[in-house]
Amino acid sequence: MSATTPSVFKRILPQLIILGVVLAFNVAVFPGFLNIEIHNGRVFGNLIDVLNRGAPVALLCIGMTLVIATRGIDLSVGAVMAIAGATAASLVSEGHHWTTALIGALAVGSLCGLWNGFLVAVLRIQPIVATLVLMVAGRGIAQLITEGTILTFIDPGLIRLGAGTIVGIPTPILIWIALGAGAIFAVRRTALGMLIEAIGINEASSRLAGINSRVLLICVYAMTGFCAALAGVIVAADIKGADANNAGLWLELDAILAVVIGGNSLLGGRFSILASLLGALIIQSVNSLILLSGMPPEFNLIIKSVLILAILVIQSPKVGHLIYMLRASSLHVQPEKSSSRPVLTPKEDAQ
Amino acid sequence: MIRSTHLPLLVTLLTFVLAYALCTAQYPAMFSTRVVANLLTDNAFLGIVAVGMTFVILSGGIDLSVGSVIAFTGVFLAVVLRDTSIHPLTAFAMVLVLTTAFGAAMGAVIHYLEMPPFIVTLAGMFFARGAAYVLSTDSVPIEHEFYDFLQSIYYKAPGGGRFRLIGAIMLLAFIAGALVLHRTKLGQNVYALGGGVATSRLMGVPLARTTVSIYAISGGLAGLSGIVFSLYTSAGYSLATVGVELDAIAAVVIGGTLLSGGYGFVAGTFFGILIMGLIQTYIVFDGTLSSWWTKIVIGALLFAFILLQKGLTWATTSRKRVRTGSATPS
Repeated sequence: MSATTPSVFKRILPQLIILGVVLAFNVAVFPGFLNIEIHNGRVFGNLIDVLNRGAPVALLCIGMTLVIATRGIDLSVGAVMAIAGATAASLVSEGHHWTTALIGALAVGSLCGLWNGFLVAVLRIQPIVATLVLMVAGRGIAQLITEGTILTFIDPGLIRLGAGTIVGIPTPILIWIALGAGAIFAVRRTALGMLIEAIGINEASSRLAGINSRVLLICVYAMTGFCAALAGVIVAADIKGADANNAGLWLELDAILAVVIGGNSLLGGRFSILASLLGALIIQSVNSLILLSGMPPEFNLIIKSVLILAILVIQSPKVGHLIYMLRASSLHVQPEKSSSRPVLTPKEDAQ
Repeated sequence: MIRSTHLPLLVTLLTFVLAYALCTAQYPAMFSTRVVANLLTDNAFLGIVAVGMTFVILSGGIDLSVGSVIAFTGVFLAVVLRDTSIHPLTAFAMVLVLTTAFGAAMGAVIHYLEMPPFIVTLAGMFFARGAAYVLSTDSVPIEHEFYDFLQSIYYKAPGGGRFRLIGAIMLLAFIAGALVLHRTKLGQNVYALGGGVATSRLMGVPLARTTVSIYAISGGLAGLSGIVFSLYTSAGYSLATVGVELDAIAAVVIGGTLLSGGYGFVAGTFFGILIMGLIQTYIVFDGTLSSWWTKIVIGALLFAFILLQKGLTWATTSRKRVRTGSATPS
């Protein structure tokens, strides 16, 4: 534990710095940004809003990080959100208890994930293509469940998941922090994380090393479906209705963006769920910055795209090589500093 | 002798003929020039963009930005024609230059920074959509006598079908795309790139020029598609054509092009577009089915064609395996 803590901190340092800078901008345009008040036994404040509004993307990026670590991608999470929201809403409006609706929605979401996993792991279809099928058909299926209308519901239990509070803190925040902590614990306190990284680095050799990559891949996609379903239920509960057309629209892209901002390579391998979650918070803070600064929301997408491009350029192997060369040539007089690079790698591997 | 590379194309063709025959068996009115003309007119913008997508997918890439580029083109034309006295033809030229340059820039980023096309074009998609929002968030109508003139051009076939200009533009785009792919050096390079980047580099394919050209073509065709879409709807709206990139990818796959690149034909994409249009027409004729069935059927078709491709790849490689396996003992 004591050996891993500094390296984990080092891993998430860039994300922490970016988040800090974005939050500082937020404070600059809106001085009361950091204020947190308690009214009627519920915490209020812009910071809480960032955590609360970021919940769907944060949930999605937990599963997405794992999928991307296996060198895959899941484009269907937005559609799965719509399906799960529709399932929960229709079960509740048929008179079932809200726990039944929640379990039903999560089961349907996991089933969607299993389908994706089956296509990828058993039929060996490229992940982009395999999940494209559900992305195209998913919203149709969701509309089939809601029968083309926006299904509204008034069940207080289900609504509490999206808009309620537990000991004063909005439920979505607790849900994503709990799931994120659970996932981090599961992948870092067991060998699971290492096995997932092994698949992403080289699936054939991981199989030869005795990893049951097929089952593991299916499990990873099922987990993504589960996360998406939970996000879908929260979004539906928040607006007290299931909108098959717009629930989770383009959120798959935000989730992938969060994973990329988290410094995870799209080519699989080493990953950090914590960094992805920080990525999700960065996206939400940027959204809040655009709103608070009074800039027209039209600029939201342009700023986002410039942000992606900047991060991609920093991550690009070519630019990394260039920086490495520059540093190597400037550190020519003190070669021991550049030799500290390879020494770090096994320690980070050990975590 | 049918080569296995042609089989997906033949299956697509057969699917279309069979589906059309089934439709006409149920609704004889579907076998008319009106329906055929509408198939071409209604899917013109999708067809044009799918030609560009075929290029990109053949090279092993993907372009997610096209839907946003179409919307941007529409809004750009509408705003320019509303606020300035520029002639539409000049505006068309301006927007085509813009979108081609945009595509080329994405291609350059993909090649020179060695980034996955998926994420670069995703950024492009946000950027183009954002640019459209910045120009206008409202639906801007286009009122210009030149537009009325272009919209009034049609050939009235016997049976009442009106073959409009935009359908003809789509057919021209398909013919031009097929010619470039099969009759020029660029086309050969596109196929080579899809076969494998390392191999094509060793073969002496100019990687940088080819990659930039492919995405420039895709961007330019998305611009042309935007012009056609603005002729089709007489308006520019920044929220229009959301998700068109997925329809285009679906059409390319249903048309028998391998998504990993290297195999496929523009002609297949054409029939992929027609099949998707046919599903929509059938739903309109039926009247009781809801429009969301379109998405489910397209998803199912997509799945079926991916399975077909998988089966074919598996069959060809296993045949090779048997051949080499029998060669070693003898």
